[in-house]
Amino acid sequence: MTRVLSAGRSLDVEPDASRPAGELWLDAAALEEATGWHLRPEGLCEGPLCVPLPEGPRAALVDGDTVNVSGLWQHLGRPILHDASATTWMLGEAAEDRGSRLASLEAPDFTLPDIEGKLHSLSDFRGKKVFLATWASW
Amino acid sequence: MWQRLYEELADQGFMIVTVAMESRGADAARGPIRRARPTYTSLIDRDHLVADLYNMVNVPQAVWIDEEGRIVRPTETAGAAITLNLGRIRKTRKIYCDAIRDWVAKGAASEYAFSPEEARAHLPASTPEIALAHAHFHLGRELWEQGNRDEGGAFLRKAVELNPDSWNFFRQMKNLEHILGSGGPEFFRRARRYRKDGKAYYPLPDMASMDEVSG
Repeated sequence: MTRVLSAGRSLDVEPDASRPAGELWLDAAALEEATGWHLRPEGLCEGPLCVPLPEGPRAALVDGDTVNVSGLWQHLGRPILHDASATTWMLGEAAEDRGSRLASLEAPDFTLPDIEGKLHSLSDFRGKKVFLATWASW
Repeated sequence: MWQRLYEELADQGFMIVTVAMESRGADAARGPIRRARPTYTSLIDRDHLVADLYNMVNVPQAVWIDEEGRIVRPTETAGAAITLNLGRIRKTRKIYCDAIRDWVAKGAASEYAFSPEEARAHLPASTPEIALAHAHFHLGRELWEQGNRDEGGAFLRKAVELNPDSWNFFRQMKNLEHILGSGGPEFFRRARRYRKDGKAYYPLPDMASMDEVSG
């Protein structure tokens, strides 16, 4: 079992174990659940954004229904980290993507639990002014 | 901390969402939340996701979001001041809360609601180091919770190194190591050095009315 983390997501998956150590290959369904990316004939897509895959990169990143997620992240210039046993992976976001999302001024949505474990999303409060404030016990 | 302000403004189309940066999880935040008896929305964020999304580095920080979900004031200090002068702390807080009241009453016409250009100009910069720091923090926190403290601790320390401006990373890491670790001698040494470098632990929000407490 391998745990794949990304901003706001955590998913346990069964990666393709036949791949070299240090590479994370997932089937298209696990890819979508773990990252939101879809494998399409035209390339790899996240929402409306598609990364076209010419023959060269395609061979390195896609094998039938299986996608080289670590290769994709490197191809996109996004940070990717894993522990020594490669059983926990972190798929990070590129600084430009973070910056341009904030520059749109559209408040990034998130879903988090309250102390009872009930989930709430920022977007639940659309139609109200929201004062979003952080704190910590430490 | 925000309950009175919320009670005062709740019927004016206003919501407060507080997010606890707590890698130890809900139990660490339960006591303070029970005491505050919030009727607003109070959430727990083990991974510091909100700090990641909004480029935050300390607590308390805040963002103002309008009815359409647009940021009208990006990340800034939420009415806190670092001083032993209680009067000054109260004043800073009152000025900040009055600014929120003004925005809730007047919306975009409030002098405290930035235009889109002003809001963009106030966004904290996103750098590759900061993006990489968040990835290290998130993985480190996860490994720490899995009981892999050697590797987890190394990723957390790397996060602090990659973004030395993040007091959240530093203090949360120290708190994971020891429940009282976030306010130890290392914190004060670090804070003194920060000040010596000419940086503010709690920069005042960019509001004309804050001039009364600056200097």
